Amino acid sequence: MTDQQQADLRHDEMEAGTTTGLASPSVDVTDARQNSLWSDAWGHLRRNPLFWIGAVLGLVFLLVAVFPQVFARGADPRSCSLSNSQQAPSADHWFGFDQQGCDYLANVVYGARNSLLIGLLAVLVVLVLGVVVGAVSGFYGGLTDTVLSRLTDVFYAVPFVLGAIVVLQSGVIGRGVVAVAIALAAFGWMTAMRLVRSQVIAVKSGDYVAAARAMGASNGRILVRHILPNAVAPVLVYTTITIGVLIAAEATLTFLGVGLQRPAISWGLQIDAGQSLLRTAPHLVLFPSIVLTLTVMAFIMMGDALRDALDPRQRG
Amino acid sequence: MGRYVARRLLLTIPVLIGASFLIFAMVYALPGDPIRALGGDRPLAPAVVAQLRDDYNLDDPLLIQYAKYVGDLLQGDFGTDFRGRAVLDTITQRLPVTIRLTAVAIAFEAVIGIIAGVLAGIRRNGFLDNLVLVSSTVVVSVPILVLAFVSQFVFGLQLGLFPISGISEGWRSFLLPGLVLAAGSLAYVARLTRTSVAENMRADYVRTAKAKGLPHRTVIIRHTLRNSLIPVVTFIGADIGTLMGGAIVTESVFNLPGIGRAVFDAVRQQEGAVVVGIVTLMVFFFIFFNLVVDVLYAVLDPRIRYD
Repeated sequence: MTDQQQADLRHDEMEAGTTTGLASPSVDVTDARQNSLWSDAWGHLRRNPLFWIGAVLGLVFLLVAVFPQVFARGADPRSCSLSNSQQAPSADHWFGFDQQGCDYLANVVYGARNSLLIGLLAVLVVLVLGVVVGAVSGFYGGLTDTVLSRLTDVFYAVPFVLGAIVVLQSGVIGRGVVAVAIALAAFGWMTAMRLVRSQVIAVKSGDYVAAARAMGASNGRILVRHILPNAVAPVLVYTTITIGVLIAAEATLTFLGVGLQRPAISWGLQIDAGQSLLRTAPHLVLFPSIVLTLTVMAFIMMGDALRDALDPRQRG
Repeated sequence: MGRYVARRLLLTIPVLIGASFLIFAMVYALPGDPIRALGGDRPLAPAVVAQLRDDYNLDDPLLIQYAKYVGDLLQGDFGTDFRGRAVLDTITQRLPVTIRLTAVAIAFEAVIGIIAGVLAGIRRNGFLDNLVLVSSTVVVSVPILVLAFVSQFVFGLQLGLFPISGISEGWRSFLLPGLVLAAGSLAYVARLTRTSVAENMRADYVRTAKAKGLPHRTVIIRHTLRNSLIPVVTFIGADIGTLMGGAIVTESVFNLPGIGRAVFDAVRQQEGAVVVGIVTLMVFFFIFFNLVVDVLYAVLDPRIRYD
């Protein structure tokens, strides 16, 4: 029993006006207890090089997204001169120039913000949808579960990118950062829902849930205070990896012409513009591709390391 | 088993209806008037417009339109696009390309993925194991878009080994896009095989096989592999359904005229009937292969019984 659970039980006892002894056992077995899941996981995480590579990459990327002007080496992504068109990388301009003669390093650097914004925003919506629908479905079961699970199947069966393409093309929600994030989340929340649902089903038959119920805690309180905190680990792993997947998906949608539109600065747009010049100026595709890949990799590495740390069975 | 399959088939009906309605409703919301676009610069005569709108049920409310569509669909009629071409024609013309692409991708995925996974799994924490782990992380992280351009650049332009666009060179044209399409799943198959093999290597029956003096090769192939490949085979089976619907990017970058490309073009040209028809077909494939896999699971693993 973690401190949090114990505090929760104590709270429930006070609400119910009874004492079961569960919340304040005469022999405190938890005092000399072994590490909790989280401190144990952190111990493993700390020693995993994969995690540190991912974390450092992610941090650099975050800084670039927040303060692009620091990383652009003084160049303005929108001040261009056609005489520099397609110039190869040089000591002064590390990434060269694009077809319009704009400094490419500045453009790639300024592209980070939209990618990160969309990734985080979309994952937030995925989380909210997944946790709410999954928790309700798993906790209440019966008809509610059947209906919500079939609804999830419906969304799951539609190819991810295709669903997002149709949503964006319909133009109902526009083509901005928020629109792309919503379109991605609308067809990306199903795995999170299934994860939460199965975790909730697995956890809800635990003794501490029965104890909380015996002390008169309401359904809502049991779900939020007792079940969800214990069902969160796989979702956390999934969320971390999904940020990377969503950032890649944003670039894909934008590349296909249904995501962000010019004059927005985005890696997807840069790859799209560069693809026809693959023969003459391969650096135009190369640089945004490398940066995009590193970004996605950062999140996937962190997620992988987190999974190894949180799942004792995976440890060799 | 029969009852299980029947129940699963019944359960797919609401999902098929739901998914096709979802797409239908979204296509319904696409902006612009496809009939007016048909006339180009010269506006069509009002009588013609009225006739066309009636032919395509464009003036009915959403639910009526959908009901009429499903009614036709159940009789094998996928409808026609706004240029009068039967959607079924488009599908039968485009589907073989997607099937070939999927077949090539699945072959890469199965062969390379399983071999890499087995090599990694039989000696855990060895050199090959770490190599497979690191490279699968890298491969998973490279967006398919990036992978497509890098492979086009390296194998197509620099080395000149493969064609990078179109399908004019038969099977050879499918090698590069097939590998690109397979990459993510390939890495996953390698990891799945690795975990599964490593787990089975510690099992009692493997120790027994070793103890009675069987050669290493026989232990691996006859005993370990047969059990470890069950989850892998089922993943690959389900992946067929996913890949058939997920080839939009690959088909676009490599300029392959498959159904993924067709549906993307149709979305942009507001060809609602084509979009709904192809997406319904993709959803059907997806559900079908998942069902096959679930049944296959019970066949391969006698411990699993559905009845």
